[in-house]
Amino acid sequence: MSNLERIADVGPNDDDNTVWTEKTGWMDRVPRWAKMLLVFVIFVLLWDFVTRFGFVSRIILPTPLETLFDLIFVGKNLVSGGYMLGALWITLLEVFYGFLLAIAIGFTLGVIVGETAFGEEAIMPYLVAIDTMPKVAFAPLFVAWLGFDIDSKVALAAFIATFPIVVGTAAGLHAADTNSRNLFKTMGATRWQALTKMKLPMALPQIFTGLKIASVGVMAGAITGEFLGGGKGFGELIRTAASQLNTPRVFSLILYLSVVGMALFSFVSWMQRRVVFWQKDRVSAGSE
Amino acid sequence: MSNAAALTHTEISVGEPVYQLSNVGKTYARNAIKALEGVSLTLTRGSFSAVIGSSGCGKSTLLKIMSGLIPPSTGRVILQGKPVTGARRDIGMMFQQATLFPWRTTLENIVLPIEIRDGKSAAKAAETQAKALLELVGLKGFENTYPSELSGGMAQRASICRMLITEPAVLLLDEPFSALDELTRDFMNMELQRICTSRNATAFLVTHSIPEAVILSDVVYVMKPRPGRVAEVVNIDLPRPRTLDMMTTPKFGEIVEHIRGSLDKEAFK
Repeated sequence: MSNLERIADVGPNDDDNTVWTEKTGWMDRVPRWAKMLLVFVIFVLLWDFVTRFGFVSRIILPTPLETLFDLIFVGKNLVSGGYMLGALWITLLEVFYGFLLAIAIGFTLGVIVGETAFGEEAIMPYLVAIDTMPKVAFAPLFVAWLGFDIDSKVALAAFIATFPIVVGTAAGLHAADTNSRNLFKTMGATRWQALTKMKLPMALPQIFTGLKIASVGVMAGAITGEFLGGGKGFGELIRTAASQLNTPRVFSLILYLSVVGMALFSFVSWMQRRVVFWQKDRVSAGSE
Repeated sequence: MSNAAALTHTEISVGEPVYQLSNVGKTYARNAIKALEGVSLTLTRGSFSAVIGSSGCGKSTLLKIMSGLIPPSTGRVILQGKPVTGARRDIGMMFQQATLFPWRTTLENIVLPIEIRDGKSAAKAAETQAKALLELVGLKGFENTYPSELSGGMAQRASICRMLITEPAVLLLDEPFSALDELTRDFMNMELQRICTSRNATAFLVTHSIPEAVILSDVVYVMKPRPGRVAEVVNIDLPRPRTLDMMTTPKFGEIVEHIRGSLDKEAFK
C-alpha cells in the first residue's frame, strides 16, 4: 500500500474535532409538493414537445393546451348543469348502487366463507373460479338480462367490486389469533359473540383494504358497462367523443372521471381512519 | 416421587382443595400421540403452583384441559366440586400476550368477560369493580386509555384485571410475563404475588423459567415428554412473602439446580 492510498483511506475527516453528522441529500430538503410539481411539469413539457412538433398526430394525441381548453369547456358545462352533468349523475348513480350492492353481497359471502367450514370448503372454490374469469366478458349477458338502462351497469360494477370485498372479509376473519379465540372460548362466548365482538373488529383493516380495491373496480365496471351497453352516462360521452375523433374531449372526460374515482377512494380511506381508529400503519392497497 | 428428600415432600396441606385432577390423560385422535398420561394434582385454596418442562411435555395440553378448552381422554377434572366440561366462569385465564382489544378502552377490555356472560348493562355495573381492580394493579387513571398507549407491562396488568373481574376460583397463567423484558418480568412477578396474596387466589402457572417457577410457587410440577407426565413434585418451602433478594440465596439456588438437573436428565436421554 502506497502512502497515497493510506491518505485516501483516512479520508477528509481525519481531524479529531469533526462531529459525525448524518448527511442528508439535497433531495430530502425539497418539499414533496415541489417534487410532484416537477414531475408534472416535465410530463406536460414532454407531452407538448411530441405534439407540437408533429411526432404524434393531434388526432391521436391533443396538445396540453387543447386539453386544458376542453377541460374548461366540460367544467363549465358541468357547473352550469348541462347535459354532461346529467351524464355524470347517471354514472355516479351506477357507481353508488354498484358499490352498495357489492358491499352487501361481498360482506355476506365473506362472512359465510370466512366463518363457516362449509363456506370455505364448498363455496370458496367457486368464488375463486368466477374471480379468475374476465368479468367484463359478462357485460353482454347483463345487458341481455337487465336491458340498456342503468341496471345492467350497476350489475357489472357490483360484479367486479364484490370479489375484493369477499376476499378481504374472509381473510380478515381468519386473522384472529389463537389467544383471542381461546380467550373468548374460556369466557364462554357464543359463536355470534366471538364473531361480532372479536373477529369482525379484527377483520376491519382487511375489509377496508377490500373496499378500497372495490372502489376502483366499481368505477371501471360502470364505465365498461356503459361502453358495452350504451345508456346516457359518462362512458357513453367518452365513446361518442372517441368515435368523432374528439380526442381532447376524451381526455378531459377521463380526467373528470378520475376525480370522481379519487374522491370515492379518499372517502373509503377517510372512513377507514374513522372506523379503524386503532390501526396505526396506513400501509394498504393503493395510495393515500 | 423424588430422591431429593430435603426439598420435596409427598403432600402439602395449606387449605381446602379447589381444583383436582385425577389420572388425566389425553391422546389426540388425529395422530394417536399420547400428549398427556396419568396426571394427578390438587390445587388448594390460596396456593400457587407452577408447571415446568421442555416444549412438547404436555404443558399446554394440560392447561387446555384445565381451562375447559378441550376434554381429557381419560381421568377426571373437578373444579369446586363440579366436573369441568367446558368454559367456566370460575376460571380466569391469562396468556403470554395481553390480548387486549385495541378498539376497547382499558376499562371496556376489563369488563369484557362480564359483557360476554351477562350483557352490556351488567358490564356497565361492573365498572366500579373494574376501577378498584385497576387501582389494585397500579393502573389508576388509565380507565379510558386505549391499549396501544399502554406499555407491555401495563397491558399485562390490565389483563390481570380482566382475569380477576369475574372473581374466578382458579387463575390459569400461561407464561404471562415471558414476552416482557427481564427487569419488568421480575417486577411483575412480585406484583402477581402481591395480588394473589391479597385476594387469597389459587394460581396455576405454566412457565419455561425455573427461577420464575421457584420464586412464585409453593409447589412446582416438573413435567417430562413422551408421554407428557408429571415426573416430579417439588415443594418450595421458602418463606412468604417472597422477595427478589431470595433469588440470590443458596437455598434458592439449590432448588433451581435440582429442578434443572431433573429436566436435563430427561432432555439428554
